[in-house]
Amino acid sequence: MAGQNRNQTDALDRLNDRSNPRPRIAVHKFSSCDGCQLAFINAGEALLELAQLVDIVHFAEAGPMDPEAAVDLAFVEGSISTPDEAERIRKVRASSRYLVSLGACATSGGLQALRNFNDDGAKGWTEAIYAQPAFIDSLDTATPVAEHVKVDLELWGCPVNARQVFQALRQLLFGVAPVVDKDKLCVECKRQQHVCVLVAKGEPCMGPVTHTGCGALCPAFGRDCYACFGPAENPNTAALARRFEGLGLMPEAVARRFHFINSHAPAFRSEWLAWKQGS
Amino acid sequence: MSENREIRIEVPVLARVEGEGALELSASGGQIETLRLRIFEPPRYFEKFLEGRGHQEVLDVVARICGICPVAYQMTAVQALEQAFGVQASPWVIRMRRLMYCGEWLQSHALHIHLLALPDFLGFESGIAMAARHPEAVRRGLRLQRLGNDLIRLFGGRSVHPVGMRVGGFHRAPDPERAATLLEEMRAALPDAEDLVAFTASLDLPQDDQDFTSVSLRHESEYPLYSGRIVSDRGLDLAVEDYPKHFQESHVAHSTALYAHLDGEPYLVGPLARLNLNHDRLSPPARAALDATGLQLPSRNMFHSVIARAVEIHEVVLEAIRLLESYRPEEPAHVPVTVGAGTGFGATEAPRGLLWHRYELDAAGKVRSAQIVPPTSQNQARIEDDLKRSLEAFGLHNDDDALRLRGETVIRNYDPCISCATHFLKVRIQRR
Repeated sequence: MAGQNRNQTDALDRLNDRSNPRPRIAVHKFSSCDGCQLAFINAGEALLELAQLVDIVHFAEAGPMDPEAAVDLAFVEGSISTPDEAERIRKVRASSRYLVSLGACATSGGLQALRNFNDDGAKGWTEAIYAQPAFIDSLDTATPVAEHVKVDLELWGCPVNARQVFQALRQLLFGVAPVVDKDKLCVECKRQQHVCVLVAKGEPCMGPVTHTGCGALCPAFGRDCYACFGPAENPNTAALARRFEGLGLMPEAVARRFHFINSHAPAFRSEWLAWKQGS
Repeated sequence: MSENREIRIEVPVLARVEGEGALELSASGGQIETLRLRIFEPPRYFEKFLEGRGHQEVLDVVARICGICPVAYQMTAVQALEQAFGVQASPWVIRMRRLMYCGEWLQSHALHIHLLALPDFLGFESGIAMAARHPEAVRRGLRLQRLGNDLIRLFGGRSVHPVGMRVGGFHRAPDPERAATLLEEMRAALPDAEDLVAFTASLDLPQDDQDFTSVSLRHESEYPLYSGRIVSDRGLDLAVEDYPKHFQESHVAHSTALYAHLDGEPYLVGPLARLNLNHDRLSPPARAALDATGLQLPSRNMFHSVIARAVEIHEVVLEAIRLLESYRPEEPAHVPVTVGAGTGFGATEAPRGLLWHRYELDAAGKVRSAQIVPPTSQNQARIEDDLKRSLEAFGLHNDDDALRLRGETVIRNYDPCISCATHFLKVRIQRR
């Protein structure tokens, strides 16, 4: 933990050491749905304001195009799923002072990391979908950015939201380390005074082990959280899984709750394995 | 400039599209010999993730195919799942789905017109750069985009990967006070939407008529969004489940997106195809604003797709006002669902065009197999066809930068959602 803080400080020092007060930023895309970049593109006036505060030197979907430019701050969306991407992320890291992984794909591998657990890798799936599998150049796994290069700040969420991204960005522009709330979703849900869907309705809600940040949307709709923001800090996944079994879920269904949007995140991966083997 | 010199241009990334693509062409003696739109979207294997998943999981999975049109994927899947289970959604649910879908069209079209397409026609690198010179046009676009996102949020909690839909209806009906606030905002936005139609029609758009087949849904009384039969302007008229009888997907070496053909030929889906086939279904005010532009329909000029998008923005703002005016919550917001084995089909009009799904479910209601045909793979063959013809019409004597910009502009007419892809557009031109 101390080491992690130390690393964060080093990265922040590098960011604050820049010669130009106006930071240069880049938004890079890897394997993803483009949904996390929309935190910027959907920001409306805030996007125009941001363009006054920083130089956006690379952001393909928004227009600026200079993927190899040296930048102070890089936001990376998407997981690493092709040989080309594995090479490209190293270049992005080398040219960025501070690197932020933006959303579930970049931070945990995302939904497409489900391929990582297929018995014969992605190959069997390629053969099932594509008539000519030899044309497809894809890695067997879709992995988080941090498995390839050092990440200075992780922003969880499928998708991340504008508040989360702009809060971190604002703190970085002030030169301080961003504070990320790693609490469980339940805390936010209680604060909003929603009826607990786990206790009151017996739904297999993932809130007790899920990273806060979405605004407790699913419980607000009366449905169970499906953990799109990934595991919270120190999640007691084993206790929650046993509770799901107590609600009447078959072991296979318990396993599937952890084997979804953030299947590659260690806390969820181990719980999935425990129940998959038991099923 | 010589048309015969050998030259090679590489643009590392195609800007202002959703996803990664590349364009390669070789030309000789002023004629294009080969032209390929390459799509590098890393395969994400959605159809395989869906196998073994329950029905609520399906809606949460398919949303993640595309961050810009998640509602389209959820709407199409929910239709197919309900058909497979023999569930009939209530008329209220169908109206509310149409209303929510209006939000997605509004945000997606406003984003495309203002941040992706307009910089081409006004001569800027990006919408952000354009904002300094055309602040009002950009702000109008951002207002419309936000309003579309707010409408999705009303039903789904968030505009990207919303959480409110379920088989049988919605998890919860929107709060009437929030719906009333949104109604006021929609009414206030109506002048923006009307102005946008006239504004796009006043742009100095290239004239380049081409022969192509338009395909879209057609509804008995409404402008097509959530449902209809599949029709073309060459006499095709199909029930949704008969799509595979005439449309085939194939795989080529240079693309991770499958190509779809209609009886072996390229075809167009999306706003211009929809408008060509359904302009008689527009509401009277949208029709009047369109008529005032003097645009002749059907149009054979793909550059008119920016006008078609504006007309559709106007139509969905009007439609959202109409549906919000009569809004009453209904609880529960869904009909009961009994799962069972079956096969179901869904087809809706995503912002970028026809989206088709098929699911086969087992007795426990879990997915046995899934097939998804997104709009961009349907347009891929047409885009290549268009590029070849429009670049020749533009003239290969133009310098490489001008050719590249024209090529990119042509591609952006289709608003390709390659994310449903990734984004390396390398333009490689070889002149021999």
